[in-house]
Amino acid sequence: MNFQIAVLLGQDGITNGAIYALLALSIILVFTVTRILLIPLGEFVTYGALTMAAFQSGRSTGVVWLLLIMIVIGCALDIRNLLKNGYDLRKVQWIILKLAYAGAMVALTQLLTLSEIPMFLQVILTMMLLVPVGPMMYRLFFQPIASAQPLVLLIVSIAVHVAMVGIGLLLFGPEGGRTQPFSDTVFRLGSVMLKSQTLWVIIVSIALIVFLFLAFERTLYGKALRATAVNRMGARLMGISPDFAGKATFALAAFIGVLSGILIAPITTLYFDSGFVISLKGFVGAIIGGLISYPLAAIGAVGVGLVEAFSMFWASDYKEVIVFTLIIPFLIWRSLTSHHVEDEE
Amino acid sequence: MMTATTAEKTTAGELLLDIQDLHVSYGKVEAVSGVSLQVREGQIVTVIGPNGAGKTTLLSAAIGMLKSQGEVNFDGHLYINPDVEIMVGKGLGLVPEKRELFTTMTVEDNLLLGAFMRYRKGDGSYESTLAEVYSLFPRLWERRHQLAGTLSGGERQMLAIGRALMGKPRLLMLDEPSLGLAPLITREIFRIFADLRRQGVSILLVEQNARAALRVADYAYVLEGGNVAMQGNAADLANDPKVIEAYLGLASKHQELLSS
Repeated sequence: MNFQIAVLLGQDGITNGAIYALLALSIILVFTVTRILLIPLGEFVTYGALTMAAFQSGRSTGVVWLLLIMIVIGCALDIRNLLKNGYDLRKVQWIILKLAYAGAMVALTQLLTLSEIPMFLQVILTMMLLVPVGPMMYRLFFQPIASAQPLVLLIVSIAVHVAMVGIGLLLFGPEGGRTQPFSDTVFRLGSVMLKSQTLWVIIVSIALIVFLFLAFERTLYGKALRATAVNRMGARLMGISPDFAGKATFALAAFIGVLSGILIAPITTLYFDSGFVISLKGFVGAIIGGLISYPLAAIGAVGVGLVEAFSMFWASDYKEVIVFTLIIPFLIWRSLTSHHVEDEE
Repeated sequence: MMTATTAEKTTAGELLLDIQDLHVSYGKVEAVSGVSLQVREGQIVTVIGPNGAGKTTLLSAAIGMLKSQGEVNFDGHLYINPDVEIMVGKGLGLVPEKRELFTTMTVEDNLLLGAFMRYRKGDGSYESTLAEVYSLFPRLWERRHQLAGTLSGGERQMLAIGRALMGKPRLLMLDEPSLGLAPLITREIFRIFADLRRQGVSILLVEQNARAALRVADYAYVLEGGNVAMQGNAADLANDPKVIEAYLGLASKHQELLSS
């Protein structure tokens, strides 16, 4: 291996690592706030990438129908609750708003020639179609069982993942999708080539991490989510409802997942079932952070990306084996050093 | 030490909280069986009784943390099996027995989160409430950048009360606020209840420390086995031979010592 190859691999490793870091952060965020291990996170990545690919190749996608169906069922459930618990103007307004949003999305995707609009707008539209799927997913599958045991939540999470993979096949077909890079520029740093998409991934990831940090440290809504993670009972007494916290974290996770998918779509070919392995690597990062520590998880995830890149060069057949074996020493170390802190006070 | 004069105690306004025939069960065990209770505006009402009488359950059900049957009327509106979010929004606050602070967040963040509901509704005046809470508990101001988990027991209780006050409650419900606190701090916290009442906050106080509770309260309920066993003006109950024997006698004094 010479210097140039090392830089190339390092570049790949950091690019993937940045994505894994984002996913690791979403996994921890969702887990601490709702106690759900978000297995379907990977599907947001693939849906994001494949929706973009479909837009660019001019194929029609049924993603908007998925959104529409979820919103309609969600609203039907909301209306049933309203009938049971009495009229509430704010909730009625929300229902109308959600249905209008779904209608607007259907109109947009049907009327626009999606392959011809600028890439920037394609990105925005992909986000607008897929991010609301996150909170709707929480509303339909997790909100009714929010107080269940973590194991039940995990099983439902796996079920939702399996369903999403199947729906992915239905929506996008078995072919892989790849999109155009955001820009074609190549940077030269001495003898080293830097792909511009790599820079995009790193810049957007860092910007997103800074944004998350500020949101959670500086805004009252972010603090409310942290509070729910620290003390669910205390948060409820402040009027921070678990439903609100769940939907908000799922929206954030969906946002991060879809954005990650859009970012890596020009680099890797993704298939309808690629999401699981990607989010699993984010999960390795999250485990390194003990499912609690954001900075440790981010560093761990970047480590996962680097290990993956270099093992691809030295022992490409064993790439996945090496990456997932990483988790074992950390699990041993975690179980040796962890003191059961669940019962605080 | 008298913390409130009798003249203050007689003024009572509109009915604020009116619980009618409330039942709460854990599985097959009924913890609260048919309790009715009223708090008028500007009143301090206390609920005393032995461990396991259903006092904590009563408060939890009133704010909607537990499922219940029966009527909860608050501020003129009827709620059946109330919802926490709605009750907090309507001005009901609960300081739970375990305080339930956000231990890994700063004191100030804890307080700000107390105003979450107001913030969400677009009420920007919570900054001034923060100043009021700090003036009520100067200790919290000194420690505002500290993590809540590093506070002492008394400071935690002040923070829990302060956090509840940030929501500008019309009725503040407190569950065993003196539990585990040194007598000096207990006295300070009870003094604050009288201050709060003067500022127009009504209080529903659940206490093991019956002596202190009856001293500060206007009206009192004795809860036994999930039922209201006795009720009356706090001053009358404090002189009732049965109450004296069960809750204010030597035995309970011993209990008071144990819990402090």
